[in-house]
Amino acid sequence: MTNVSIIGLGQTDVSEKWETSLRHLAWYAVEAAIDDAATSKIDAIYVGNMLAGELSGQRHLGALVADFSGMRGIEAVTVEAAQASGAAAVRQAVIAVSSGLIETALVVGVEKSSDTTGSALTTAHALSLDADYETIQGLTMEAAQALMMRRYMHEYGVEVSDFAGFSVNAHANGALNPLAMYRNRLRAERFAAAPVVADPVSLFDAAPGGDGAAAIIVTRSERAEDMVPKPVHIAGSAIATDSLSLSDRKNPLFLRASAESARKAMAQAGVTHADIDLFELHDSTTIMAALSLEAAGFAAPGEGWMLARDGEIARDGSIPISTFGGLKARGNPAGATGVYQIVEVARQLRGQAFDNQIDGVTVGMTQNIGGSGATAVTHVLKV
Amino acid sequence: MEVSRHWRLQKQRYQLVGETCDNCGVKLFPPRDVCLECEAPAYELFTFAGTGEVYSFTTVYDAPAGFEGMAPYMMAMVKLDEGPIVTAQLTDVWPGDVEIGTRVEMVTRKLRTDGDEGMIVYGYKFRPMLEAIA
Repeated sequence: MTNVSIIGLGQTDVSEKWETSLRHLAWYAVEAAIDDAATSKIDAIYVGNMLAGELSGQRHLGALVADFSGMRGIEAVTVEAAQASGAAAVRQAVIAVSSGLIETALVVGVEKSSDTTGSALTTAHALSLDADYETIQGLTMEAAQALMMRRYMHEYGVEVSDFAGFSVNAHANGALNPLAMYRNRLRAERFAAAPVVADPVSLFDAAPGGDGAAAIIVTRSERAEDMVPKPVHIAGSAIATDSLSLSDRKNPLFLRASAESARKAMAQAGVTHADIDLFELHDSTTIMAALSLEAAGFAAPGEGWMLARDGEIARDGSIPISTFGGLKARGNPAGATGVYQIVEVARQLRGQAFDNQIDGVTVGMTQNIGGSGATAVTHVLKV
Repeated sequence: MEVSRHWRLQKQRYQLVGETCDNCGVKLFPPRDVCLECEAPAYELFTFAGTGEVYSFTTVYDAPAGFEGMAPYMMAMVKLDEGPIVTAQLTDVWPGDVEIGTRVEMVTRKLRTDGDEGMIVYGYKFRPMLEAIA
């Protein structure tokens, strides 16, 4: 158990925001979180970001966000763990507040994907892979996941169409979320006919990048009780790592970091799989959703896709995922995604999920993955 | 482009030089100085034969910078006969020619270019074994 709770939430919609700068984007989420927490007394800022250096020519986001958010002078740093940067930043805030050195911390995940387009954007995302042995060969994020998907289909006798349920569910939930990037529903029969990105990963497997920012404010749990009506307790928080290269793993279909971080976070929180009411996982592609469910222990190896087929991942199923659309429909603003997941689970637990609400939820889990699985960050939230 | 970064990997790129574990004999590629199996030091160099089979494969349509001219291109995880898996492009091949288990061999090819005046990086790719398509 940590002694850290969330007292403020903020997020922007995910879209291509041609008119909005990186700094404004971060500020909109920060402003919303400060309004929600009804406090602007922040002692430190942790910025989750992956690509601002490559896409916007800007690093040093800690100082930028502190300055532009009217908090010039306070402690502020950027946390980078590829596509898991957002949740990794949350983890640093949890450590800081738990230590007693920081009383109240703000985390903002921000990604301004649309500042660069085309092959340079594909290149930037591939920075999370092994530069010397993967990207120099031309591997991309989608291709790495395609290699996993093809092998999975081979080992378990699964067809492309068997993965459709993940994207259909994500889009069904995204359709209800005004902040989602894609609000169209997706028909399962269209799934297998979608344009291919990296065979067998198609446009309907792969989550779209987008611009977005999400923020949370955390403080010690005993203070939180006096500050807001319904603080959300961060009951478990863990990061684990695996080999940077997919090819260096003994079993490339086992997401070891996912398994290890989930095991640690659940043990800290004192929860079992049966206690978890929803799981915002890293569905950057459908194969990652299936492998995450398996690694985190919700399905046996080779059976994660069955939870999608059987409707168990729907909001009325046994383990709802992507309840606001997930990476696939809400959008995947890289270094901000992990903070979106936490904001979304916190909204479910506070009963503020509107049309996406799942009734009677008290425990939710998030998992944010960097690269092809080299970093995984898991949080367990409770009310 | 960073010349020294590619120059220092020439033994790996041109000859598939990895390492053998001093303790358990496991073969490692890429070289990493610590055995993945038993965590003992692994400093003895080992040159792989460059033969293996396709463990998984894909075709990349959405190429990163420096690879646009090659797209679409095939990539594979190749399980070398000595044990390790390497990620590399497949060459001299059409998509229908490859399946999981296809026998392949290493060849040296152009990996990427950096504009008209930049460095050209060469390294390993894999093609189906010549006797297999003869």
